[in-house]
Amino acid sequence: MLNRRYFVASGILGLGVAAFPGAGWAAPGTNKKFVFIIQRGAADGLATLAPTGDPDFLRARGDLAAEALTGTKLDDMFTLHPAMTESAKLFALKQASFVHAIASSYRERSHFDAQNILESGAGRPYGRDDGWLGRLLTLLPRDDAKGLAVAPSVPLALRGPIAANSYAPSRMPDANADLMARLTNLYAEDAQLSALWSGAQATEAMAGAPADQALKGGAALGQMTARLMQGPNGARVVMLETNGWDTHFQQKGRLNGALKQVDALIAALRDSLGNEWQNTLLMVATEFGRTVAFNGTGGTDHGTASAAMLFGGALANGGNIVADWPGLKASQLYEGRDLKPTMRFEQFASDALARHYGLDPVRTRTALFPDFA
Amino acid sequence: MIDAAIAMNRFGLGARPTGNAPPSPADWLKSQIKSYQPVFPAMASQPSRAEIAAGFREYQLDRKDFRAARKDAAAAMAADDMPQIDPAKIEKVVNTLRLQYVSAADARMDAAISSDTDFAERLVHFWSNHFAVSIDKLPVLALAGDYEFTAIRPHIMGTFADLLYAAVTHPAMLLYLDQAQSIGPNSPLATRVAARRNKTLGLNENLAREILELHTLGVRTVYDQKDVTEFARALTGYTVGGMAKGPIQRFMAQNGKDGDSQFFAPIHEPGDRVVIVRRYSQQGGAQARAILSDIATHPATAKHIATKLAQHFAADVPPPALVARLEKSFLESGGDLPHLYRTLIESPEMWLPQQAKFKSPWDWVISSLRALNVRELPNSRQGVNMLAQLGQPIWKPGSPAGFNDTTENWAGGAALMRRVEIASRLAERSANRVDARILAPRILSGQLGVMTTENIARAESPSQGLALLLLSPEFLRR
Repeated sequence: MLNRRYFVASGILGLGVAAFPGAGWAAPGTNKKFVFIIQRGAADGLATLAPTGDPDFLRARGDLAAEALTGTKLDDMFTLHPAMTESAKLFALKQASFVHAIASSYRERSHFDAQNILESGAGRPYGRDDGWLGRLLTLLPRDDAKGLAVAPSVPLALRGPIAANSYAPSRMPDANADLMARLTNLYAEDAQLSALWSGAQATEAMAGAPADQALKGGAALGQMTARLMQGPNGARVVMLETNGWDTHFQQKGRLNGALKQVDALIAALRDSLGNEWQNTLLMVATEFGRTVAFNGTGGTDHGTASAAMLFGGALANGGNIVADWPGLKASQLYEGRDLKPTMRFEQFASDALARHYGLDPVRTRTALFPDFA
Repeated sequence: MIDAAIAMNRFGLGARPTGNAPPSPADWLKSQIKSYQPVFPAMASQPSRAEIAAGFREYQLDRKDFRAARKDAAAAMAADDMPQIDPAKIEKVVNTLRLQYVSAADARMDAAISSDTDFAERLVHFWSNHFAVSIDKLPVLALAGDYEFTAIRPHIMGTFADLLYAAVTHPAMLLYLDQAQSIGPNSPLATRVAARRNKTLGLNENLAREILELHTLGVRTVYDQKDVTEFARALTGYTVGGMAKGPIQRFMAQNGKDGDSQFFAPIHEPGDRVVIVRRYSQQGGAQARAILSDIATHPATAKHIATKLAQHFAADVPPPALVARLEKSFLESGGDLPHLYRTLIESPEMWLPQQAKFKSPWDWVISSLRALNVRELPNSRQGVNMLAQLGQPIWKPGSPAGFNDTTENWAGGAALMRRVEIASRLAERSANRVDARILAPRILSGQLGVMTTENIARAESPSQGLALLLLSPEFLRR
């Protein structure tokens, strides 16, 4: 029994539906929204979505496995971390889907190379200077191709031929309107600065009320993001950054805090988007996982496969977990230490997006991840 | 005169209106290798590592008391009486650490805005970011200043090997990358704890990996996971008095000074190590030191450092000829840093008129203050807050890779909007004493374009003229 292949009916990796309407530039907008939440620093999928049905997990993780058992049991195999109570509710409502033992093409253990690949979707680090979210924009009708990163500048994932904006709240008083107009003139002959400047002004106007609070906590970030997505000019494809996942020491408390924040972020998006939640898909993913065994300092070191999550009112057939479970015996681990990847992030992301936008899965994958065979 | 502007704006931290343009820009830069002052007055008055450690220790003890009290209450099942952590008390201690940070960050800024050897100051910032620590980890908060002042500053005009050793064995780095808590699984202490308490203590490979990946050889070069683990074993023993945790702290209580790095033999993994096909049979701390010394002069390290230096000074995609020249200079001199700096100064690629680098927020703030001839920030925190608003909080890159050095990382819409807001504030404060029409050609001699000159001339007020200068394409780049 211990070596059984674990496979729950696929809601994500299912076979493509026969026909897909070809969405092009001229097609009318769909109102669909997509939010990508990146977990920078390698989130421990084994703690987030704990394989409590695998006895080797209980053996490998000791105390932490006991904590994992206090979470929400999703099925015979997996238990969601106790900090993720709102996510558990969404799962019960079939508005959440999880995948496990997933990784990009990257097999080394550098955060920086791995994040580069997770964002660019390239087959090797620094292989591309645009990202899969940026390339997604080129597949969408014009009205849906409005990208925004809540960050001081646009991260690699969202860079591409269609310029995305960035927004970060400020505590500074606004500069006066006359100076703003003069800068438009000053930058007129500078291609880079004039593009940045027009995007910055448009987004600043969207944010509306002065953003007087720093974005402390997931709930505030979720509420503000929902505001930036409202109305006909709101952003439709959004990237959010989270960190605090690199738990080399004292993993228990630190991961608990980080997961709570993500859970609050997801709940705030659900609550603040209102009816638009029904048109929204959220994806949460990280660059790689962490070691199966604990290190000497109550934490875990850099690993390989991890878990990824989808949420949203627009999620078809949620409430399931997809994993071709590789097992956690020493002989089953990648290089004797890490959860072995049995699913590719590129496939997972392009399938989820094709489904969400009603695009052809093959065409979507080729466009988003051209290096993925 | 464009060479003078390049020397001051691209190599240095930005021209000041009062400084006379150096007659020979290259000689002026080279002379800074000798005239650079590692100790800036405001840095000498910073608290010692022992004082900082004492503050941190107080914080740890408060947390410990709180946990113990909570445990007792839980045992008594009196949920209502569950003690709450005293936020005022914790806040007071954290505030002390934070004030120490702000004071050190101020000293850094004062040195940057007032220095006459600002090419050397830029090198300090470059190396400090290359060997990045980040204050989002509490133990690093008050130590980050001491790290830059005592591990980086005194070594930037020496060899790369000495700089490397000083950086990675400073308490801030040992704590930031978890080395302080890493224990050899077969060390005397781990063996003893295992026997008594049935608890395994062991390695943390964080620092070992980042030294190979970020500080020296570079990612995807000549090492693999086995080398990381072996190097991590060799590094065990390097820890910090008074600031490590758990059993290390208890056992070393009587040894060494609080807040200082030390090699604590009882946690060192015994035995020979093999790192990048070389065997190291040294005992104790000498083992890691020998490994560090070998990788410091490895050809992969030469290439990595040459690339980063060229990327910082010349262009995001550095000219291959410049990288090759710096690499050769590194290898020929055994990593003698002044050698590299001279090669950089003498490279024609550095003197091209095109402004290829988009200033980082730090660069932009410092060069703005220098242009406005501000010598000292009027209130502490001001500088710290400004940089935080702009997205480059001092000593807080949030990652051991440090702040990214390329345009796309800094040239964002939101980031530009923040610069507009801050330029307005700075300009308002200086408008009664600085005329942008006179200042612009002085600090951007040979670089200033017609568009900016005209926009400044047409400004509605002196303050607006200054803001336009600080936000001009020529001033946003270097």
